[in-house]
Amino acid sequence: MNNDTQTSPPRTDEPMAQIKPKLSNKERMKIPRHPMPEQNPLERARNFFEVPLGYTPEMAMEEAERCLLCKKAKCVEGCPVNVQIPDFIEHVAAGNFSLAAQALKQMNALPAVCGRVCPQEDQCESLCVIGAKVEPVAVGRLERFVADWERANPANGGTGSKVKIPELPPPTGKKVAIIGAGPAGLTCAGDLAKRGHAVTIFEALHKPGGVLVYGIPEFRLPKQIVEAEVQYLEKLGVQIKCDFVVGMTRTIDELMNEDGYDAVFIGTGAGLPYFMGLPGENLNGVYSANEFLTRVNLMKGFEFPNHADTPVPMAKHVVVVGGGNTAMDAARTALRLPWTEKVYIVYRRSHVEMPARKEEIHHGEQEGIEFLLLTNPTRFLGKDGWLNGVECQKMELGEPDASGRRKPVAIPGSEFTLEAEAVIIAVGNGSNPLINKTTPGLSVTKYGNIIADESGKTSREGVWAGGDIVIGAATVIKAMGAGKSAAKAIDEFVTGKKQ
Amino acid sequence: MSALSAIQLLAHKLEREGQTNITSYGDSVFRILEKNDLAAKVFRYVIEAPDVAKKAKAGQFVILRLYNDGERIPITLADWNVAKGTITLYVQAIGKTTIMMSMMKAGDALADVVGPLGIPSHVEKGKTLVALGGGFGIAAIHPIVRAHKLIGNKTISIIGARTKELMLMENEMRAISDDVRIATDDGSYGTKGFVTTVLKSMLENRELMDVVLAIGPVVMMKAVADLTRSYGVQTLVSLNPIMMDGTGMCGACRVVVGDKLQFACVDGPEFDAHKVDFELLVARQKMYSPQEKISMELFNKICEAQEHRETAAW
Repeated sequence: MNNDTQTSPPRTDEPMAQIKPKLSNKERMKIPRHPMPEQNPLERARNFFEVPLGYTPEMAMEEAERCLLCKKAKCVEGCPVNVQIPDFIEHVAAGNFSLAAQALKQMNALPAVCGRVCPQEDQCESLCVIGAKVEPVAVGRLERFVADWERANPANGGTGSKVKIPELPPPTGKKVAIIGAGPAGLTCAGDLAKRGHAVTIFEALHKPGGVLVYGIPEFRLPKQIVEAEVQYLEKLGVQIKCDFVVGMTRTIDELMNEDGYDAVFIGTGAGLPYFMGLPGENLNGVYSANEFLTRVNLMKGFEFPNHADTPVPMAKHVVVVGGGNTAMDAARTALRLPWTEKVYIVYRRSHVEMPARKEEIHHGEQEGIEFLLLTNPTRFLGKDGWLNGVECQKMELGEPDASGRRKPVAIPGSEFTLEAEAVIIAVGNGSNPLINKTTPGLSVTKYGNIIADESGKTSREGVWAGGDIVIGAATVIKAMGAGKSAAKAIDEFVTGKKQ
Repeated sequence: MSALSAIQLLAHKLEREGQTNITSYGDSVFRILEKNDLAAKVFRYVIEAPDVAKKAKAGQFVILRLYNDGERIPITLADWNVAKGTITLYVQAIGKTTIMMSMMKAGDALADVVGPLGIPSHVEKGKTLVALGGGFGIAAIHPIVRAHKLIGNKTISIIGARTKELMLMENEMRAISDDVRIATDDGSYGTKGFVTTVLKSMLENRELMDVVLAIGPVVMMKAVADLTRSYGVQTLVSLNPIMMDGTGMCGACRVVVGDKLQFACVDGPEFDAHKVDFELLVARQKMYSPQEKISMELFNKICEAQEHRETAAW
């Protein structure tokens, strides 16, 4: 939908395949890491199109040449779903993009998503051997390139409609219910379908994708890509039932005892926003990041009122509280709404402690978001029920706390006021209580997270769980890794089960 | 505007956006089987939603969406039929979405209906219930009164309207109440005054009651709470803040009850009336009024243009 002209890979299969002279490791390391082409910051700060434009085939092949193709590849260990990284990169270097896609999809059902939202700098790329001397291979950008090439190439069907479907084993006759169509659930569903099981995903919202559709904004992950990845799962035979809240519409016991499901995977995510308990927090104009992002992303509020009925905040001055990826997403989304003039991020620690990806922080800074670090809100100010400002105070870093980060301490008398008609609270999410309350025998922590072992097995026979509902708010790829491990365990469980 | 069908409107919108289908993801069809125009812009809909009907309990609600560009709105379940797989909703046409819904006809389908949501009403055996319904709030008290009646509780229903012709669900309420008291603003039927006028005299006359339930506009629920407080009668209200997902995910529906922050969708919608911060609820209900106005104005323009088009076609 956007930037197609700049990013569209060639329209024929394997145009680039060619035999090249083998490079020495030294020569490979001399090739500089290819920068990602991006939309101009000032232009993109006012549109919802994707920020990074993607590699061209030439850039991708050149970047792939930098990989030493290690026999014992460290990068693979850094990948929560163990993508065989050197295998797919070798195919990219040779211009065999369709083989690269096959190699990639063996382990990862959502490569176009992961190529965009994974924190590669902390995972595969952080372990890249050349990273010790030069910049690591751009694994994430290559992953994105391959996934996009496959989707766009007519030989593979374009926009996901005819993407090659792996040969499926005969149906096993086993039924598995997946709760939540987010990254954990989608991955688990894909792996189980590939093993021949009948899989149904139950999704509470009206669209599948979970955080990929309600949370992560269009300019970071175009929704069309999520739709294509979901369509691929449907091609694998996965049934998706939206508007279905497990815990309310059906309970887990009903699914297993009455509806004949042999196993259940819970991937409901971390969907209960924390507020700060500060005075004025319930004024009109104070939103959770979940509410704000869902209104804009899932409900298409950025097209209000012409093409979407769901209203979004119309504020000139927006203050986002928090330093994680959700805070960056909220701030950059707010900036793109036509009526916004100024966006601040207020974070109580310093730059280095910010949990958001460096790339996101950098993008936010480029786009003109003002970062007020070592700053904390103390109360929200308003008139007649409507927010008109935020009182903040300056902080300094003291001794390290339980998280190992230095604890921010308020500086007395440093209070100041920011003008704001909207405040977006992005300080984290708790666990959603709907499943826990309606599933007897399911052990949870005091925070409501489901207790599960490494494979995701819970205290309930036949019930697995993974993703944020188990480990608390984390990343898309970690949730996918959990969905993958659970799929393996569920497969062993249902196939080994007595008839 | 009455000549305009919702489907024509939708078609108009969809044509503009190049969309082809109005139903949501998946194979569920939430068809309107019956629609009745009652009074004061209140419409009764019987909708095919077997999954919801199967699990519905008194006091719960659904969230619905009309079409792909639509917003999610919460509506209390007035009734359901497990055998037929249907739910009954009473919706007052006051905003863009509810007016569009009022233009739909039997046979049309909604994009989404999800539920049942919320904690069911607390129904305890051996209690005398006095239930107050103002306007289309009567639809919301209906299943709760019935639940009390079914377990053998004494039920007294106080229902009100502006005037006699606008009274909703009188027969339905009579069928499940030991006693029905009526109030109209103009005195054309029953007591002249509000439902609270009737309750006040009941309290003053020391009539026996264990639980009072009030559902309706916030001013009415607050008035009931203020009345019963000094008599120490347990009082429940069902709150109607702005909601979006209905599963606890967004926090739009947060209310303060007894100084505690609660999400009406998962912690309610029923709460102890004596502890509810009604002022906050009233303020938060206005959260999007400027945008609602913009939306309504645009919608009226589209309707007018469509009418012109139809007139021209004649």
